[in-house]
Amino acid sequence: MSAPELIHATAAELAHRLSAGEVSAVEVTQAHLDRIAAVDGDVHAFLHVSEQALDVAAQVDADRAAGDALPELAGVPVAIKDVLCTLDMPSTSGSKILEGWVPPYDATVVARLRAARMVPLGKTNMDEFAMGSSTEFSAYGPTKNPWDLTRIPGGSGGGSAAAVAAFEAPFALGSDTGGSIRQPGAVTGTVGVKPTYGGVSRYGAIALASSLDQVGPVSRTVLDAALLHDAIGGHDPRDATSIPDAWPSMAAAAREGLTGDALKGLRVGVVTDLDGEGFQPGVRQRFHETLEKLAAAGAEIVEVSAPHFQYAIAAYYLILPAEASSNLAKFDSVRFGMRVDVAGGTVEDVMAATREAGFGPEVKRRIILGTYALSAGYYDAYYGSAQKVRTLIQRDFDACFAQADVLVSPAAPTTAFTFGEKLDDPLAMYLNDVTTIPANLAGVPGMSLPMGLAPEDGLPTGLQIMAPARHDARLYQVGAAVEQLLESDWGGPLWAKAPQLG
Amino acid sequence: MSEITPESVRHLASLARIALSEDEIASLTTELGAIVDAVATVQQVAGDDVPATSHPIPLTGGMRVDEPGAPLTTVEALAGAPDSDGTRFRVTAILGEEQ
Repeated sequence: MSAPELIHATAAELAHRLSAGEVSAVEVTQAHLDRIAAVDGDVHAFLHVSEQALDVAAQVDADRAAGDALPELAGVPVAIKDVLCTLDMPSTSGSKILEGWVPPYDATVVARLRAARMVPLGKTNMDEFAMGSSTEFSAYGPTKNPWDLTRIPGGSGGGSAAAVAAFEAPFALGSDTGGSIRQPGAVTGTVGVKPTYGGVSRYGAIALASSLDQVGPVSRTVLDAALLHDAIGGHDPRDATSIPDAWPSMAAAAREGLTGDALKGLRVGVVTDLDGEGFQPGVRQRFHETLEKLAAAGAEIVEVSAPHFQYAIAAYYLILPAEASSNLAKFDSVRFGMRVDVAGGTVEDVMAATREAGFGPEVKRRIILGTYALSAGYYDAYYGSAQKVRTLIQRDFDACFAQADVLVSPAAPTTAFTFGEKLDDPLAMYLNDVTTIPANLAGVPGMSLPMGLAPEDGLPTGLQIMAPARHDARLYQVGAAVEQLLESDWGGPLWAKAPQLG
Repeated sequence: MSEITPESVRHLASLARIALSEDEIASLTTELGAIVDAVATVQQVAGDDVPATSHPIPLTGGMRVDEPGAPLTTVEALAGAPDSDGTRFRVTAILGEEQ
């Protein structure tokens, strides 16, 4: 295969060619490193490119030559969001306060990538501590959207989404606390999945909001996301919130969706509360066209109502800051990360000066907000009320799933916006996650996949599919079928319409 | 309207151990006021009869087997520290003059 063929191939195809001996892991890795060298100066998806990638790939090739039985994805390159701890690469979570920090352990999901013999390419850019929807809050400068370099790639995981959209990696790991996998997927024309809360280990993921955070796959196809999900998912005794259940193969579910009749008779619930004011006309147009296509393919479209979703953003911006203010207390200038010296100062003075210099504006905003929400006298009115809204949103989901097998909505209210457009208006920025936040509050799995280009600006739109908790396999089965249905209309994948880079 | 004042932001910042500048205190006072007004809408539906949810998927018995693992070595634990004496983290004075 030529270098352009290698970088445009899916992970599933690369795995097949590698195991057949048609291409080596070193060739596949080199093609992606060359691509990174060629385009990442413009895209800035990576904060760090691995110096070990070629050695890791060469070891896979050597073991294959020696006749070892290797896992399915052995030799396939993968990018890793910088929120995840890696033994051999800095892990900054996009923050100045962790600049250059190399953790003394691997996140469980990273250890599982290594056990599956995948080749880590590097660490991807993100909003600082995953707080943001555009990567503009990264301490290391924003990532650019490969579809239009003047526009945001979504956030917080804009680096992983852009790396995949720009063919710098076939797939990547992300984390999703309120939409940080799915919203970047929507605006970059890629696939992203937030698994059921507890379905994938959070051990070694630098915590933002522990009751919302979930690690998941980012890719160009539904099957590739499923393959990566299978590699990283399942119970981890190191994460007390990890679900101990056995899980079905997500890849098998995706393959079933590509061959079977997944859409015939499927009850697709349209959440009417996520389809109205504030949504870009081209996003709504593509969404309603997609519903018509689903109906034509035999799905039963039912309208469902989730009356408390309108309070989701408010509840989220109380629960998240409260948990974040607690989680980020560990950046204390003592055990790891930066320290700002204060002449004659106590450890508390040093701590306060370090956190002032090391945290960016959005992180400070949310820590102060969270500290307020947890203050004596305000706790019941704010944090306590937000936790009650969480119950109401879970009940809304239960009622919706009583009428439908999956729920759908646009994955983001608009296409990619330009840099600076919402930077100084926190409330406008927070609205980007209006469609994705409910799934985090309820713990249910959600997927974003390409839904076509908006007619008014030619930029990608995304479809969100949600399933009941623990039914991630249903997402992959339905998602693969929807992807196939849409691509047959488009005459190929959406990414084929992306502009050339480099 | 919310009760966010420059004084309250200054107090919250000291609780959160962030030495905010006066400019930051001014802008945060305005921004937090608007955000708090927006998020206060949760109170409209949070009735006394609604139980609170802290975790999306309730789990019990999330204990692992009580077996010794491999902890970090001292060298590993200190590797990322801004300062140490090789066996312990080193910091400046814990107590100020007024204590």
